[in-house]
This record gives sequence, structure tokens and C-alpha cells, in this order.
Amino acid sequence: MDFPILSVIILVPLAGAFVLLFVRGPALARWVALVVTVIDFLLTVPLFAGFDTTTYEMQFRETYTWIPAFGINYAVGVDGISVLFVFLTTLLGWICVLASWKSIEHKVKEFMIALLVMQVTMLGVFCALDLFLFYIFWETMLIPMYLIIGVWGGDNRVYAAFKFFLYTLAGSVLFLVGIIVLYFQAGETFDILALMEGNYSPTVQIWVFLAFFVAFAVKVPMFPFHTWLPDAHVEAPTAGSIILAGVLLKMGAYGFLRFSLPMLPYASQTLSMFVAVVSVIAIVYGGYLALAQDDLKRLVAYSSISHMGFVTLGLFVLNIHGLEGGILQMFNHGITTGALFLFVGLIYERTHSRLIADYGGLTKVAPIFATFLCIFVLSSMALPGTNSFIGELLVLVGAFGYDKSIAVLAVVGAMLSAAYLLGMYRKVALGAVENPLVQEAWDMDTREISSFVVLAVFVIWVGLSPKPFIDIMHVSAQHLLEQVLSRAP
Amino acid sequence: MDFEALTRWFLTSIPEVIVISAACCLLMVDLFIKKGSRDVIAYLSLATVIGAAAGTFALAGSSQQAYSGMFVVDGFATFFKMVVYLATILSILLSMSFIKVEAIEQGEYYVLLLFALGGMMIMASGADLLSIYLGLELMALSVYVLTGFMRRDRRSNEAAMKYVILGAVSTGILLYGISLVYGLTGTTRLVDIATALSHIDGGDTALVLALVFLISGFAFKVAAFPFHMWAPDVYEGAPTPITAFMSVGPKAAGFAVILRVFLDAFAGASEIWIVVIAVIAVLTLAIGSLVALVQTNIKRMLAYSSIAHAGYALLGLVAGGEDGIASVMLYVFIYAFMNMGIFGAVIVMRKGDFVGENIADYTGLSKVRPGFALLMLIFLFSLAGIPPTAGFIAKFYIFVALIQSGNVALAVIAALFSAIAAFFYIRVVMLMYMKEPTGGFDLNLTPAARIALGICGAGTVLIGIFPSWFLDMAQISVF
Repeated sequence: MDFPILSVIILVPLAGAFVLLFVRGPALARWVALVVTVIDFLLTVPLFAGFDTTTYEMQFRETYTWIPAFGINYAVGVDGISVLFVFLTTLLGWICVLASWKSIEHKVKEFMIALLVMQVTMLGVFCALDLFLFYIFWETMLIPMYLIIGVWGGDNRVYAAFKFFLYTLAGSVLFLVGIIVLYFQAGETFDILALMEGNYSPTVQIWVFLAFFVAFAVKVPMFPFHTWLPDAHVEAPTAGSIILAGVLLKMGAYGFLRFSLPMLPYASQTLSMFVAVVSVIAIVYGGYLALAQDDLKRLVAYSSISHMGFVTLGLFVLNIHGLEGGILQMFNHGITTGALFLFVGLIYERTHSRLIADYGGLTKVAPIFATFLCIFVLSSMALPGTNSFIGELLVLVGAFGYDKSIAVLAVVGAMLSAAYLLGMYRKVALGAVENPLVQEAWDMDTREISSFVVLAVFVIWVGLSPKPFIDIMHVSAQHLLEQVLSRAP
Repeated sequence: MDFEALTRWFLTSIPEVIVISAACCLLMVDLFIKKGSRDVIAYLSLATVIGAAAGTFALAGSSQQAYSGMFVVDGFATFFKMVVYLATILSILLSMSFIKVEAIEQGEYYVLLLFALGGMMIMASGADLLSIYLGLELMALSVYVLTGFMRRDRRSNEAAMKYVILGAVSTGILLYGISLVYGLTGTTRLVDIATALSHIDGGDTALVLALVFLISGFAFKVAAFPFHMWAPDVYEGAPTPITAFMSVGPKAAGFAVILRVFLDAFAGASEIWIVVIAVIAVLTLAIGSLVALVQTNIKRMLAYSSIAHAGYALLGLVAGGEDGIASVMLYVFIYAFMNMGIFGAVIVMRKGDFVGENIADYTGLSKVRPGFALLMLIFLFSLAGIPPTAGFIAKFYIFVALIQSGNVALAVIAALFSAIAAFFYIRVVMLMYMKEPTGGFDLNLTPAARIALGICGAGTVLIGIFPSWFLDMAQISVF
């Protein structure tokens, strides 16, 4: 048996949370959380070093019997798709700790425990090879996230936390029913790889697809299930927003990738136009709503809805460009939107305002701030040379191969994003300093710069040389596409 | 009847004999104990339950009959007896400080609990409608008295009165149903009923009528729609440890009886009762989940919550088959831990003049008592069925049984109601964690209460993470 690297990555934050129970004092709690998340991040280095990009097979697999009566195992493993999200989660893990360094003042220890437990469940979701195990992680996630929003959030946090909890729970209970139906259809197994092999009747596929769709669409979130997102984002503390945007939203899209597409190919092909249309609505409608926002966090939240529309569109145009673009865009969105939420959080710590109208002339008072904001704004609007350009381009190429009118509408959405993001940048960073609060704002310190630098490196790396990232996922994505298309409707 | 057979019957029912004779003895011992040292009675009662459990363990593994087939000891009975032992032990532990606070400390309290336990054990082992009825009445009469134990409290008196009157009516209905069954089949033994039913036309009006009466009688005992009305008032008025006991023990015994009667004796007539039970289950689920949303008293809220949980368990009955039975058994077992746990938390809030029954009383608890609040959070999330707690495993198995038997639509309805029900559990968590405390919390955390809460907490978490052994136990204990 090889070294159980994935289990270690999943369990290190849990062990950290346990240690934190016995830690006294907020300063020590912060450092313990930081050390734990950095160790977890560094553990992905051997993961990538040992990763074989020439096979679509699951790697670093571990299987232990868990509940034999239902054939449930603790089974984990990664392929070229999930390994990217394991990396993203551990990367954003320590960035979240740093982002909470000063902004969380009360109950620091409890916050860090919630953050670490959160990380356990997210890593579990991306590594699970057993559908039951996946569901356990998927649902457990609700508890720490509910507390993160509800305890450490803004003024209207209780409402937002409730809305988040009930929306996601309502989506997931049907998912559970779908899982059990699939379990019996596939001959009583929860093994994800075995479930992918099964041939289910068209009726079963459509119904299960719809049950899964509700759960994943709430999480992504897709139109019309998106209304919880702006509230949750606005009220969540900075780290909560980063996790929400960076990882949580990806879990929905990952669900489509891992379950809906390969397990239900007939339904995926039959309903692909439906999903594509809903995605385009999200792209345009989300962008349109973002245009009208006067609150920075809300603007980024609505832009998330729009950008996640590109992801789901890419996944369901059912060609290799769209698929790879969608997956890459998931990764990019985690980096870029995570950075934008971090920016809003840091600026809010200084001025206690998120209203765009309160800002102006940031370049004059805080040039480093403004520079980083510029990088991530450009990345978010998919300027060539940044990461999102590659992702959105691939998605659009895929979309043109699928349906021209869909693709044209998506382009309109992309243009909208330039409008609201540049408009925001102009009002916040350029012009004269009018607000005395901004005048007093100080520039970033090393702690803050370090997070931004790392994120910016990925923005430019993926933007200029996406090949290493595409190479990691290519074989797995190709295999996934074959799984869908080989079983024609 | 020879002496040898009588001895064998006696030995087969030794746990029941221990409990009931110990209860009688304790009634007398109580006379010789000084006022203020009633804890001795509590310890002796605990010892009695543990002794009975040891007896049950010794008998486990074999399937035996006694008293001319009126009484059986099989895996099924053993499993449910374990649940009622657990409920009784936890109730005694939680009562010890509570009855001092309420100044109702009397030896009879524990004696009645033991009598109720004896009744529930007979219900679990009953293989004849008459022995089942005997156990049911022994249990019910003891619980009526316990409900009214706070003699100077109007709510307690009202609750006992309602419970007795409605309980008597339901008992009458049940007896009438039993007499109809006897008239139809010429027997009250469950196995013989099953045989006799094969000669009776499924559309026989008398059979339909008999089943309707039986269902009504049993539905009252487990507080299922439309016979659930008594539950909120009685739960609210009874001393809280008795509420906790009632919501777990008698309910578990009730389900043991329901499973045996419907899936054993009346399995042949399932086309008559299955639709009725399915409708009752869904409506029980709906009423429990929806009405709990607007409660302000936590005991009433938990009463509706326990109505909703009875709905899930009834769905397991609808699913039927080995998995259906096992899923109800596991559900009841897990429910015992989480429900005793949450009631235990309500009980320790009671101290001095502070009642702690309003949901608002829990505001800001986590700021003052973080460990206690975390424990309550675990129970509440478990009741809501969120993994990784045991409550999720319980719901999951019910869903599995339902879908396996082809009742996907019922599974979808149950799933949606579980999302609605989550709201009122999470609302308590919200108050504990997201609001500022208005005052201090002085908890009545005696060592006994700590042990009880510890058992419940450990059960709720460990069964959630390692359910395998408990699942296997339920599956091999199916009759």
C-alpha cells in the first residue's frame, strides 16, 4: 500500500481543527490554522509530482470498507479534473486564513475550526469515489458554512445564512433520492466508477438527471436558483465569500462533470440544449444585474453568476473545447473571483463601506491596491493574456461548434462583463479622492500582498501558458467526453 | 401443564419478571427510606434495568416461545428491548435532579417508570393481541400517572387528564378491533391470524373494519395523524424527563407492535392497509413538520418534531420487507439517542425558578456555554437529518427501503418534508449561535445528567460515522 496521500490531505485540516480545540488565545489560533493550511497546501506538491497525466484512470486510490451492508466504501482518488480542484481548495485554504487575520476579531478559534472543517468537506467532495461518501461530505459542508455566514457575517447575516442553508438543503434532498434510485438501478453499488459503467433506461436517466440538476444548479448557482448567492456573499465574512466563490460554486459544476455527464449520457445529450439555454440566461442576466449594482460585493456576486454560466455552458456543449474550457474556467473563476472578494474584504476593513460611490482615486492613495485590482478586473473580464481569456475562448469555440445563436448571446454576456467591471474600476480606482475615508486608507502590508501575488501568478501563468493546466486534465476530459458521446441517445 | 414447562416459561420471561418484581419491591423499600435520600431508589432502579438487560443478553441469540405462544423472545424483541432499556436508563439519569427542582421527589416516580418499562417489554415480546394489549395498558397506565406527577402544576394536571381520557377511548377502539379480529379468525395469536387470513376474502367488510380500528388504536399510541392531537399538550404538560421518556420508549414499543401486527399477522391483507398507512404517514410527516415551524415552546416544538419522526418510521412500514422492518428498527434506535439528547438539554436548563422552555431562552447560549451549545447543535442537526450525524443514517435507510420497494414518490415527499423540517431545528441553532445572550445560563448539569448527555452525544456522533455494526444488528434482528 502506497502512502495514503489523499487521506492525509483530507485529514490534516481535521487534525488541525482538533488541535485548535485545545488552543487558547486568538493569536495562537491564527498561527495554528495558518500552519495547518500551509502544510495541506504543500502536501499537494507530492500529489502533482506523482501524478500521471497520460491516463484517465483514478490515481492515488484508497479503498476501505465502511458500511458493507450497502456496499459503501471509504474510497478516494483523483483524476486530471479533480486534482485541479484539490489544488485550488488547498491554495484558497491558507489565503482564507490570511484574509481573516484581522477581520475576524471575536471567536477566532471557533472561526478557524469552522474554516478547517469546511476545508475537510470540500477536499472530501473532490476526492470521493463513492457516491455515498460524496454526499456525506457534500451535506456536512452545510454546517460549518451556515455557521461561518451566520455567526461572523454582516448585519443581515441570519437571513442570509438561513437562505443559504435551506436552498442548498432543499436541492440536496432530491439529490439523495436520485442517488438511491441510481444505486438500485446499477445493482446496489455506490462506487462512482461502477455507476459510470451502468446503462440506465432513458426514463430513469431523465428523472435522475433532473433530481441531480436541482442540487447542482442550486450550488452553481444557475438561473433561476441563484437568488441565495448575492445575499450569502454580501453577508459572509471575507473568507466565507472566498470559499463560496472559489470552491463551493465549483462543487455544483463538479457534480455535473462527475455524475450527470458520465452516468446519465442519454439525459445529458437530450437535455443539453436546456442546460445551455439556462446557462446563457445566467450569463446575460447575471451580467445585466451586475451592471446595476452599487455595492462592490454584490457586483462581484452577480458577476459570479454570469461567469459560472460560462462554465455550465462549456460543460454541456459536449465537445472537447467546451469541456476543457469549462473546467479551466472553473479553476480560473476560483482564482480571480476569490481575489476580487479578497480585495473587497480588505478595502472594507479599511473604510467600512462597500458602496462603489464611496470610493474614487484609489490609485493615488493606495497604488499597490489599485494595481492588483486592475490585474484581477482584467482577468475577470477575460482580457487576452489573463487566465479567463483562455477559458472563455475555449468555451466560446465549443459553443460555436454547438449552436451559433447560443454562442452569440454568450459573447454579449462577455461584453457586459467588460462594461460593469471597467465601470467599477473607473469609479473605484481612478478620478479624484473625494471620500475622506479613502484618503485615510493605507496600502497593503506584506501579509495581504503575499496572497495577491500568488493569485496573480496563476492569473498570468494560465493566461500566457495554459498548456500545463490543459495537459493535466486533457486525457481525463477526453475520456469523459467519450463516456458521454459513445452512448448515443 | 407440567412444572418443567412452567419453569421454562418463567426463565424465558426472566427480564420482565425482574423488572416487575423489582418495581413491587422498590415500592416497599421506599417506605423505609428517609426523605431526601431518594437517589437510592434511582440507583436501585438503574440496577434493575441493567439486571434485566443482562437477562435479555443471556436469552439473546435463540428464538423461544412461552405462555402458550403468547410471548416470544426473538432478535426483534431483543432489539426493541435494548431501545426501551436505553430510554429508561437515560430517563432515570435525567430525572434525578429534575424531580428535586420540581419538588416531586417520590419513590413512586421510579417505580412507575419501571412498570412502564415492564409494559413496553411485554409489548416488544407480545405474539398475541391480548398479551400486546396487556403490555400496552401496563405501560399506558403508568405513563398517565407520571404525566400528572407535578400535582400542583395546572398544565401537568390538564395533560394527564387529556391523556387518560383520549387514551381510554383509543384503547376501547383498539379492543374493539381485536374483538373483530377474533370474530373473523377465531384466534388472537399473530401466527394463527396470518394463517386464518389466507381463507378470508380480501374485500371482507369486517376485515376492513377490524383493520381500521387497529390502525386507529395504534396510530394514537405513536401519535400519528389524525390521532396526534394529544401529543403537544401532553408533552408540554408532563415533567420534561417523562416527556423525553414518552417520546422515545412507548413510541419504540408501539412501533415494535405495529411492525409485528401488520407485517406478520396482517401481511396477507396488506393491500387493505398499505394505502391507509401511506396516507397517514405522509400526513403525519406534513402536520408534524409544518406545525412545528410556528411553535415558541421548545417542548411543543419537539412534540411536533416527534410526530414528524413517527411519519418517517411509518414510511418504513409502508416499504415493508426485511429492509423496511430493519429501517424502522434502526430509525427508532437512533431516534432514542438524539431525542433523549435534546430533551436532556432542555431538562438541564431547568434550575431554580428558571424554566427554560421557551425557544427564546436559548438565545446566545453558545457565547456562555460553548460546549453545551455544541452538543445541542449536534442533536438538532441529527434530528434534521444532516450528515455526519446518526439522524442522517436513519433517514437514509428509510429512503433506501422506500425506493427498493418502488415507492419513489413517497421518498421524494419525505425528502422534501425533511428540508422543511430542517428549518425549525436550525432556527434553534441560529438563536444559540447568532444572537447575543440576554442573561446568564445556570445549567443544572449534575453528574447523572452529564452521563446521560454524554451517552446521547456519543451515540449520535458515533452511529453517524460508524453505522455499520448497528445496521447489521437491525438487519439480523428482523423477525
